[in-house]
Amino acid sequence: MALEKVLERGKENFSVRNWIEKNRRKATFSNIFEKMIPKILFVISIISVLTTLGIIFTLLFETIEFFKDVSFISFFTGTTLQPLGPNAEFGILPLVTGTLMATGIAMLVAIPIGLMTAVYLSEYASERVRRILKPVLEILAGIPTIVYGFFALTFVTPLLKNFIPGLEPTNILSPGIVMGIMIIPMVASLSEDALSAVPKSLREGALALGATKLEVTWKVVVPAAVSGIVASFVLAVSRAIGETMIVTIASGSSKNFTFDVTQSMQTMTAYIVEVTGGDAPAGSTLYYSLYAVAMTLFVFTLIMNLVAQYISRKLREEY
Amino acid sequence: MTVLTYRANPGDVLATAEEKAASPALNKHDVFSVSDLNLWYGEVQALRNINLDLKENEITAIIGPSGCGKSTFIKTLNRMVELVPSVRVSGKILYRGRNILDNSYKVEELRTRVGMVFQKPNPFPKSIYENVAYGPKIHGIRNKKILDEIVEKSLRGAAIWDEVKDRLHENAYGLSGGQQQRLCIARCLAIEPDVILMDEPTSALDPISTLKVEELVQELKKDFSIVIVTHNMQQAARISDKTAFFLNGEVIEFDKTDKIFSNPGDKRTEDYITGRFG
Repeated sequence: MALEKVLERGKENFSVRNWIEKNRRKATFSNIFEKMIPKILFVISIISVLTTLGIIFTLLFETIEFFKDVSFISFFTGTTLQPLGPNAEFGILPLVTGTLMATGIAMLVAIPIGLMTAVYLSEYASERVRRILKPVLEILAGIPTIVYGFFALTFVTPLLKNFIPGLEPTNILSPGIVMGIMIIPMVASLSEDALSAVPKSLREGALALGATKLEVTWKVVVPAAVSGIVASFVLAVSRAIGETMIVTIASGSSKNFTFDVTQSMQTMTAYIVEVTGGDAPAGSTLYYSLYAVAMTLFVFTLIMNLVAQYISRKLREEY
Repeated sequence: MTVLTYRANPGDVLATAEEKAASPALNKHDVFSVSDLNLWYGEVQALRNINLDLKENEITAIIGPSGCGKSTFIKTLNRMVELVPSVRVSGKILYRGRNILDNSYKVEELRTRVGMVFQKPNPFPKSIYENVAYGPKIHGIRNKKILDEIVEKSLRGAAIWDEVKDRLHENAYGLSGGQQQRLCIARCLAIEPDVILMDEPTSALDPISTLKVEELVQELKKDFSIVIVTHNMQQAARISDKTAFFLNGEVIEFDKTDKIFSNPGDKRTEDYITGRFG
């Protein structure tokens, strides 16, 4: 039957041109659809923008509520955070130092190890080594943070106690280190992408001048990839600042204002976990303090991102 | 400043006592003396029994169809070919009397004497100044004043000084393709090499830039020995003193350029230069 039809068409002078004309006449509906598509896609893409705006406004309004109860100055300069009881005090500095210390320790671990790993993978490793190492790194990135937290509390802290006898059972050092380990894959993998993207011709140019491999790597390849490398550091810092589970488990909930890494400290994220878990009555100062802390956290990461953009623009060596 | 004057006769300076001892019969005017050079990429043989002597202060052009081993050959002269993981080489390449294929010959040292300019201009993504100063810097020259002079001297040597002197600290990527290539030549001159290898240096350039680079190459001949790979036979005829014709990894003919282009000794050379193939 079908075959007959085809043969028939063959007889009546079938041509592609006629076929296209016929289909085009039918195409009114698909034309409308074609014009609708950009609008539909626009609406979909605006969802994330609206969500962000929604979050910012919620944070902002509730934060304003908070500052009706607590003065701006006492919040940002107060070194005591004691949210419960009749003499409640809301100074955010203990949380800020906790967050910065944890992040700082994490970066001290992640930046050198991550960058060296990236340089090794991109410049020195044989294809075989790379094929084994990269997936292992990616597994490291896939471990749930709660497992890392547990690891910090039950393995790293006791281990560190052998070297630092004064270490408290919960402290900021151990989660800081573990957080650093957690973000190594991120630094390594993004930096490696940036290094591998540097054209081979640049390496050859330097080698042809009698440069050693080390000189090529540090004086040509790394500078050429620096914007990507800095971007990886910054993403890693943002990740560390926002990291919650490891610090909640392994650094305790003491709101100490100190720079001693052996002490228990609380980060902004861990504070939010603690308060949301503790039935803060809606409308109380304690409840609003959540938003104020979250807002501070948001501003932190925002500043981080702006700084990163500035740095990577300034350092950029375009190729 | 001794650093800044090009050696009138590189052979005198560079043939150290050690090198002379290694080869008492060293012909002073042979820069490279290649004998029985064979090279394989994995199982594929890319060069077969190459025997060539390259003379001082001459321009040697290497011509031949694509895939005939021209580039492979000049990359062997500064051992850049070793960047290909599966490469194997046999034979001897004497550079001023010493076999550079010896493991004891340090490649970094070789490459400071045998510079290279690539097919596609490959300046570093740094300022014009830093591009030229890179070589001297990695070899230990830190003094700002000396570096300034080297940069000026090299850029003048590469006939690009007047075009860039007012923007030395701008990124080299803002230059045109032809300027970038002359900058790469300047970068190469900055470490005062003895030989300059050029791997199709004008194939990515427009005719006017090509002309400038060709004039420059002729100028450089006074101070350097030059080996240039080219696809462009007119170019070879215009600028070179000697020409080697490569085919399928073999040297078919190697002679004075005039002779090769006017009265080739081999039928295949004649076919190639008259455009019958390739």
